[in-house]
Amino acid sequence: MSGDLLIRGGRLIDPGSGVDAMLDVLIREGRVAAVGADLGGVDAPVLEAVGRIVAPGFVDLHTHVREPGQEYKETVASGMAAAARGGFTTICAMPNTEPAMDGPPVVAQVQEAARGGPARVLCVGAVTRGRAGERLAELAELRDAGVVAFSDDGDAIASGTLARRAFEYASDLGLPIAEHCEDPALAEGGVMHEGVVSTRLGLRGQGALAEVSIVERDLRLAEAAGARLHICHISARESCEAVAEAKARGVAVTAEVTPHHLLLTDAAVAGPNGAAAAASPGGLRYDTNAKVNPPLRSGEHVAACLEALRAGVIDAVATDHAPHTVTDKQCEFDRAAFGISALETAWGVLGALIAWGELPLDMAIERLTWGPARAWDLDRVVPGLGRLAVGSPGDVAVLDPSSRWTVEPERFASKGKNTPLAGMDLVGSVVATVSGGRVVWGEGAS
Amino acid sequence: MVARTVRTDDRPAEAAEPDGAPAAWGHRHLLDVDVLAREDIVAVLDTAEAMEEVLQRRVARTPALRGVTVFNLFYEPSTRTRASFELAGKVLGADVINMTGSGSSVEKGESLIDTVATIRAIGADVIVMRHPSGGAPYLAAQHSDAHVVNAGDGLHAHPTQALLDAFTLRRRLGDLAGKRIVLIGDIKHSRVARSNVWALTTLGMEVTLVGPRTLLPTGLNAAPPASGRDLSLPRVRLEEDLDRAIEGADAVMALRLQRERMQGAFLPSLREFSRRYQITPERMARAREGAAVLHPGPMNEGVEIAADVAHGMQSEVERQVAHGVAVRMAVLYLLTQGVGAAT
Repeated sequence: MSGDLLIRGGRLIDPGSGVDAMLDVLIREGRVAAVGADLGGVDAPVLEAVGRIVAPGFVDLHTHVREPGQEYKETVASGMAAAARGGFTTICAMPNTEPAMDGPPVVAQVQEAARGGPARVLCVGAVTRGRAGERLAELAELRDAGVVAFSDDGDAIASGTLARRAFEYASDLGLPIAEHCEDPALAEGGVMHEGVVSTRLGLRGQGALAEVSIVERDLRLAEAAGARLHICHISARESCEAVAEAKARGVAVTAEVTPHHLLLTDAAVAGPNGAAAAASPGGLRYDTNAKVNPPLRSGEHVAACLEALRAGVIDAVATDHAPHTVTDKQCEFDRAAFGISALETAWGVLGALIAWGELPLDMAIERLTWGPARAWDLDRVVPGLGRLAVGSPGDVAVLDPSSRWTVEPERFASKGKNTPLAGMDLVGSVVATVSGGRVVWGEGAS
Repeated sequence: MVARTVRTDDRPAEAAEPDGAPAAWGHRHLLDVDVLAREDIVAVLDTAEAMEEVLQRRVARTPALRGVTVFNLFYEPSTRTRASFELAGKVLGADVINMTGSGSSVEKGESLIDTVATIRAIGADVIVMRHPSGGAPYLAAQHSDAHVVNAGDGLHAHPTQALLDAFTLRRRLGDLAGKRIVLIGDIKHSRVARSNVWALTTLGMEVTLVGPRTLLPTGLNAAPPASGRDLSLPRVRLEEDLDRAIEGADAVMALRLQRERMQGAFLPSLREFSRRYQITPERMARAREGAAVLHPGPMNEGVEIAADVAHGMQSEVERQVAHGVAVRMAVLYLLTQGVGAAT
């Protein structure tokens, strides 16, 4: 029967269910039918997981699939394939498409393109029409069309008045607004983090204050409106402090951080350390693959984000997967597109952090599964999502937390080969990905 | 004297290679001063001394770079730097071709990489490049086997300006070790200041930067990171009061103040800026007697520098321009040793 699978012999880590034990998982017709020790003798295909970690399929709150409009960068199909390789079985498609996902027709188009694919695609609707930041999109219609959050990602809602109305209106609808926190006036068109490295490279900087000022504003607006706020790709120490304070006083706020903001500093823009740096002309590089928004920041910010992730101030690791073509990146730094292709390296980055003792294994898995599902209350949309309890979707990531591998972007399923991690050794691989009981990546994929 | 194979059929009787040039410089490109060791910089300055002698000749020509093609690729307007490189190439017998961003394929949307590849295919041995984006010459160097000389990239670097400033200062002050220079004004937006900080500190000078907080870059004199590469600029002295900074200085350098800085609210007015930061005769009186005055030009007289000082006895401004040709000759020469043999 299609959608039947027995995952046998692995160590099940399901933080959302409070489980960490040697347990088998039986999937029937695409849903978890049983979780138990030695579920032998059942009539189902078997996926051997001896020596592996068995976890709920990862949930990414922040994916750019580029369709419609920029299919040369990525499509729903190639984005889903990349997700499967990265262990992600649910991705949330951001609305900065062309046209923007600001009404039911575009939502329906993406949902249709995703049908039958190796990952579940949930849509995020735009807050404003055309993401132009001028008039509200038809948010209730978007909700009825199935969106799970609202966001003008790529830009903040610059106008304070509009942001206030958006929070008030969205509070009726019960969905979070996911804000890309960047005050355009304070960012001043900066192309990297403002600091020692931007000064050295002579590139225009974008200080942490550009993020912090919108975080602080939105925390107050959301609190006053009684609305849900989600902070996208948090990157600054002061933002983490503000979110921690707001959570403590009961504001309905959640936050995500990307793998790259947990691993890399702004020094990555000047190229890698050691031999590779010495080999580049002039000692420095201007690595456009490390150009991302928000920018990679200095070590103190990276350390603060890790600490906030450990403390639960940050609820989820989200990829902000932003695929671009070589042409978009192989040009002057000022002209290069912002973004990193991140779905296929997320687990390897977290694996490296686990190996270095920066993050416990079960917590890393939590921040990729139950953390994001709970942050956006996705259980309401897909019961049991982000866990492997009976009745949950049969979405599983089978992981090896310790194998080392070298990032070779040319082997990505994503069309976007843009990553500053190229050539870097990561730790931890996705051995197999199961979506609705079907092995969609790795050992035994059909 | 340098061992090179060049066509010798119609060489003039005089030596092609200027005296005093070192045997090998060891750099393929000149992208920034940060990779130059003290002896690399000294080699440029010494070679420039020899080039000065060439320039003093009745017919200022030497065929040292015969058969070498130099492409001036300028994406930003420039008069003195471009003319200086053009003259430098011509005095050395190179073929010099000028290309600007306007009226060329660049304007039709051609990428920098394609433009550089095309220029190389035409036969450029050296690409002298000015570009509004920091790092653009690095991209050119990665995608072309021509020598790339950075003639100014965004806010990042202007290495030949720093080298000609060092040349001018050495002429005037002798050994620069332990000497003090004050750089004044818009440091934040100045590639000249950045490259001079590298060049002059490498030569042992004590560099003081003076300007309002709004015009100083972030992260100067920051503590080195706990791990990884230290990418900070060399340590400098920071001062917001010019009268204090200039006390006993051996040299002062004014930087051009762009008038659009008022729009970005970096400054309230030109008037207030000049009151606080203009190099005046009164302020020069606080410096060491006979201290040198430099300005990379073009000057806003009456803004960052008083006319009396700009054209006074202590001014090196005109000599800076003249030295620019000799220094650029030295750079072209040092980079291309051996290129003649290959063409």
